[in-house]
Amino acid sequence: MEKYILSVVVQNNAGVLARVSSLFGRRGYNIDSLTVSATTDPRVSRITIVVTGDDAILEQIIKQVSKLEETIVVRHLVEQEAYCRELVFVKLQAEDATVRDSAREVAQIYGANVVLTEPDHIVLELTETPSRIDAFLSVIANFKVVETCRSGVTAMVR
Amino acid sequence: MQLNGSEILVEVLVEQGVDTIFGYPGGAVLNIYDALYKNSDRIHHIITAHEQGASHAADGYARATGKTGVCLATSGPGATNLVTGIATAYMDSVPMVAITGNVGTSLIGKDSFQEVYIAGITMPITKHNFVVRDVTELADVLRDAFRIANTGRPGPVLVDIPKDVTAAVCEFHNKPVADTSERYDLKEDDLRAIAELINQAERPVIYYGGGVTIADAGDDMLAFMRRAQIPATGTMMAIGALPSDEPLNLGLVGMHGWVSSGRAVDEADVLITIGARFSDRVATNPSRFATRARIIHVDIDAAEINKNINIDYPVVSDAKTFLQAVMPYIKENRHPEWIAKIGDWRARLDYRPKDSETELKPHRIMDILVKATDDDTIMVTDVGQHQMWAMQYCKRNHPHQFISSGGLGTMGFGYGAAIGAQFACPDKRVIHITGDGSFHMNLNEVSTGVKYDLPIITVIMNNSVLGMVRQWQTMFYEKRYSSTTIERQTDYVKLAEAFGGHGFRCTTPAEFEAAMQQALKMHGPVLIDCVIDRDERVLPMIAAGATIDDVITN
Repeated sequence: MEKYILSVVVQNNAGVLARVSSLFGRRGYNIDSLTVSATTDPRVSRITIVVTGDDAILEQIIKQVSKLEETIVVRHLVEQEAYCRELVFVKLQAEDATVRDSAREVAQIYGANVVLTEPDHIVLELTETPSRIDAFLSVIANFKVVETCRSGVTAMVR
Repeated sequence: MQLNGSEILVEVLVEQGVDTIFGYPGGAVLNIYDALYKNSDRIHHIITAHEQGASHAADGYARATGKTGVCLATSGPGATNLVTGIATAYMDSVPMVAITGNVGTSLIGKDSFQEVYIAGITMPITKHNFVVRDVTELADVLRDAFRIANTGRPGPVLVDIPKDVTAAVCEFHNKPVADTSERYDLKEDDLRAIAELINQAERPVIYYGGGVTIADAGDDMLAFMRRAQIPATGTMMAIGALPSDEPLNLGLVGMHGWVSSGRAVDEADVLITIGARFSDRVATNPSRFATRARIIHVDIDAAEINKNINIDYPVVSDAKTFLQAVMPYIKENRHPEWIAKIGDWRARLDYRPKDSETELKPHRIMDILVKATDDDTIMVTDVGQHQMWAMQYCKRNHPHQFISSGGLGTMGFGYGAAIGAQFACPDKRVIHITGDGSFHMNLNEVSTGVKYDLPIITVIMNNSVLGMVRQWQTMFYEKRYSSTTIERQTDYVKLAEAFGGHGFRCTTPAEFEAAMQQALKMHGPVLIDCVIDRDERVLPMIAAGATIDDVITN
């Protein structure tokens, strides 16, 4: 099973998100993340969906989503060939200074920002490609993670 | 001209060529019904006993004609009662426009009386749906609904109209009906490659489905088959696309299809699939279906390609366009050995039901029905064993003559659909074939048949049990007949009379023949209660997940 990024341009009508997500539910496709955003054209929105599946599932998803009346275009984006970014917040338990220091060190390596430092917690923020975020989180897993929050991927063709 | 929303609805229906709709009034559609009252000379509104009946009637109307069926219901329960009918039409690609009233826009979202979010409910069972919040958008939305229902692969579209929109006034102008014909770009190289494959095939078989009927491509397919002597096997949805007595028509394939058809698909070296979708009722085990064949799949819906089975030669096109485009590349050809081999299977392996003069056998009921009625008779079924027997022995020779819920398998579909078919084809005989289980689901609609004096003859294959479920319990659940031995005490003769129709009860072939002869001379609905044995099974049968190698014939 692989992860695929789909960029779906849709008419910006009431209920269009429900229509797209209901299709995924009905056909049994798993959504890893979904983001919706405005475009320069107010009549059009962009939905970026990350799904897990195989090639056959991907082909079906693209065809089924394309069939929706409000779908304008569906594109399968490959991370290396598109601008893909995701934002993540991680809150780490860090009572002593050495833990905070090593958290800052990891943050620096990955280009993450320190959003907040409290006596017992540190909060980091990173905006990166999904694979870099995965790598960052796997290192962060060595800390005592209180909470993480990922925004979901947004992507644009190069 | 200035019209209110309800009048605009009527005007667009007329503009789209609609003269008959099926519905049921209620609070949220009072304005619409007022407009229908004033326009009763232009739109014939048929009131059913239940909104579900209206939805199936619109479906039956569409299947009998190929035209768009229209149903109308009020908000809340009126709208939800349409749901089964809409889902039925969706699964079988039937063009339908369902119109629902809703509470006024100021009351939406407040759990108002008879409020339901029908657009949300019907999202997965419509091609598209609309909530019209502004009367100035109503006319074009309705036009869009008809366009979408008829474009490409047909299907149902729902338009939800809040009550205030049905009263609001705006300027209205007629527009020409949208052209829903689509061009499919078939590349010459692809056609040549496909034709080459077909021309060189030693054991070719066509597997055809409802798409052939929808595209009206039966004659094109027959010409194609005859030129290259290619036998064809079809789904239930395709009954009538080819004449039943055509020697190259092998008849049914699938779970209850003929053994010879199943063998032919299994041994084929090229399978030409036209307007069919490899459903689990045909490709009972998709990984072991037509494994020796290279598979060509012609479908109007690109999403059907590679959905259930991997395709070697995909073609996105309607059946007619493809057949006409490929025909010039198809060589005159003969496959005597292959045809002889299939003929041998037909003679040796195909199931032959046993006759009886003392008891009514399902196939005999069908034989008598076929003999007693004209060649243009429309047969409408419910769902279950009777449906499979009707499918196997109906001998329909023309498209739109066998109306049955295939994909959704909706028990209770039949009577409403028969009403729709009878209104669509007032000059044709409509026979409703049902079982006692299915008939009980929507028998209220007999009252509609009586009200409109529809000469629908209902043949009830009455075994006092839910026969198809019982058959599975017999075969796979060691005869634990959980909740299928119903033994209702319904007296169908009295029931028919109570509704204002006529009824007969038959236990032998002679009695049924006599009842049919009388029924055909009567006015209004007739119910014929045909008592059959509860242990009759539909054969042959391939169990779910099994293949033709495991077919059960006794």
